[in-house]
Amino acid sequence: MLEMKEVKKVFRTELVETHALRDFSLTVNEGDFIAVTGPSGSGKTTFLNIAGLLESFDGGTYLLDGDDVSNLNDRQRSRLRNEKIGFIFQSFNLIPDLDLFDNVDVPLRYRGFNAAERQRRIEASLERVGLASRMKHLPAQLSGGQQQRVAIARALAGEPRFLLADEPTGNLDTAMAGSVLEFLQEINDAGTTIVMVTHDQQLARQAKRNIFVRDGRVSDLDELNDETPAVVNA
Amino acid sequence: MFGYYVKLAGISIRRNPVLTGLMILAIGLGIGACMTTITVNYVMSSDPIPHKSDQLHYVQIDSWDPNNPFSDDGDPPDQVTWTDATNFMRDKKAFRQSAIASSNGVIIPPGDDSKPFMAAMRITYADFFPMFDLPFQFGSGWPSSADDNHEYVVVLSRKTNDEVFGGEDSVGRTLNVVGKEFRVIGVLDEYFPVPKFYDVSTGAFDAPEDIYLPFVLKEDLELNNNGNTNCWKAQESEGFLGFLQSECINYQMWVELPTNADKQAYEDYLYSYVTEQKSLGRLERPMNNRLPNVMEWLDDQEVVEDDAQILLWLSFMFLGVCLLNTIGLLLAKFVSRSAEIGLRRAVGASRGDLFIQHTVETAIIGIAGGILGLGLSLLGLEGVKILYSDVPEQIVQLDITMVTLALILALIASVAAGLYPTWKACNIAPASQLKSQ
Repeated sequence: MLEMKEVKKVFRTELVETHALRDFSLTVNEGDFIAVTGPSGSGKTTFLNIAGLLESFDGGTYLLDGDDVSNLNDRQRSRLRNEKIGFIFQSFNLIPDLDLFDNVDVPLRYRGFNAAERQRRIEASLERVGLASRMKHLPAQLSGGQQQRVAIARALAGEPRFLLADEPTGNLDTAMAGSVLEFLQEINDAGTTIVMVTHDQQLARQAKRNIFVRDGRVSDLDELNDETPAVVNA
Repeated sequence: MFGYYVKLAGISIRRNPVLTGLMILAIGLGIGACMTTITVNYVMSSDPIPHKSDQLHYVQIDSWDPNNPFSDDGDPPDQVTWTDATNFMRDKKAFRQSAIASSNGVIIPPGDDSKPFMAAMRITYADFFPMFDLPFQFGSGWPSSADDNHEYVVVLSRKTNDEVFGGEDSVGRTLNVVGKEFRVIGVLDEYFPVPKFYDVSTGAFDAPEDIYLPFVLKEDLELNNNGNTNCWKAQESEGFLGFLQSECINYQMWVELPTNADKQAYEDYLYSYVTEQKSLGRLERPMNNRLPNVMEWLDDQEVVEDDAQILLWLSFMFLGVCLLNTIGLLLAKFVSRSAEIGLRRAVGASRGDLFIQHTVETAIIGIAGGILGLGLSLLGLEGVKILYSDVPEQIVQLDITMVTLALILALIASVAAGLYPTWKACNIAPASQLKSQ
């Protein structure tokens, strides 16, 4: 489904060149639930941004559903993001002036669905996360956990095959984090592929598969087991 | 999607009402200043008789001093002599023609209670009325036979008829003008050409005259000269007739030439006429005949004053300053929503989608600014009225053309001002915004 081979990403300023990804190779299969862990600055988020077509890369190949995405133009990349990829962010990234209905509506607008179809999907998504009764509320009227559930509803409304989550529980307390994780597992069980970046080893253990990133590349499994015994490959 | 963008614009405007208000105010001020000066210039330079302005021609021949040109730029005199005017009228070589001049005289209204008053007079020929399409409330202009027979007929302006006859149909009534009894043959309806193209020598934006008399009566009644009278040599014989036969210029000559062939024929006639006059010892300067049409004549006479044009350019510069402020405010507004832009990019908005979204928002702000600008234009034009009380009402009015122009100008100006901020917004890197929120 997602295949990266020797992907490179370099951030350049006038003074410094930072190699965020060095020969980063990874294959994600349909139905995977992968937790990506690693120290700060290791390249986890860069990987996620490239996987989500939010950033370009400087070398290597990236195939999404077998198609090379390196030469797509902005509109094509936007279309792919909209149709195939859902995002969940640490800070939820809800638009504060829009109520829950309109927040979930955002990706559907760019898909070009008609009003009836959008309404059906929005109501179904909010129903799925248990917030259908609050669709006219503003994000500020919800708890952090509820806001993250709205963000999940927004990601799911377009029925993506691939969900990218960047520290999805980073801003939540333990109870809420557990609830969100359970929800992600439900989604994965329903067939959606999930790649989740996290610092939380406990959370990572709940994924089907763990990836450890260090110095911009996926670390060797033996090395990984030696250095980070808490990380488990499922 | 357009409806969605309008909805988002509404939300954005409500989110930052002060910032949005400042932008609308900036655009409104710029548009208001521009529209005030554009309106004044537009009316000043508009075609006063658009359906036939290219068929009406002002006659110029060079009757000036053989040793000194009338003007440094080589233009022939801007008026003609009595001799030439009456010769042109005698020859009648155009489809319609009229020599005209301004004068004034005392009117004594009928009835014991009314007081005499000084009236501005236009002396002209019968063709004047159909040639310039003067509108009549009652009656009509006089026939050519009245010119030929030196009849005492008069056409009144609507205002004069209101004052003298209480606005009733006065055709057939008599009126004492300069001590003679004149028969009222017609009463004009409202008539205020802007500019007063047929005679710009005494003020292109002055009100039309109070009454109209046959030109031929000038000699009979020794009507005085009004307007500019320029002479390059002293009159050769004494008396009023001597003055009329002098080389002083005080008369305007208009001809109506419906086709190019007519114009060519009239130019040929002028050439022959000047040649003939030269053989008689007049018109010693080189041949320099002109037949400008109405708009060419107004342009030649620089009817739109220089200070009005300077004000126009200043107002455009002011609009530019206002737009620079708007650019800054739009930048602040758009950059403040970087996180939202990042999110929209992440969930599928292309740069093009965001460009349209933000352009719609700036266009709505622009139209709001345009509406405010229209209001300020009305205030500005009221100010013009107060400052220049002699400026006719027609100059300081917004018509539908100007309202449309104001809104289009506001739209274009605001969208242009929004281009850079919108471009910046569209190029915000989504990844950094999503992580840093």
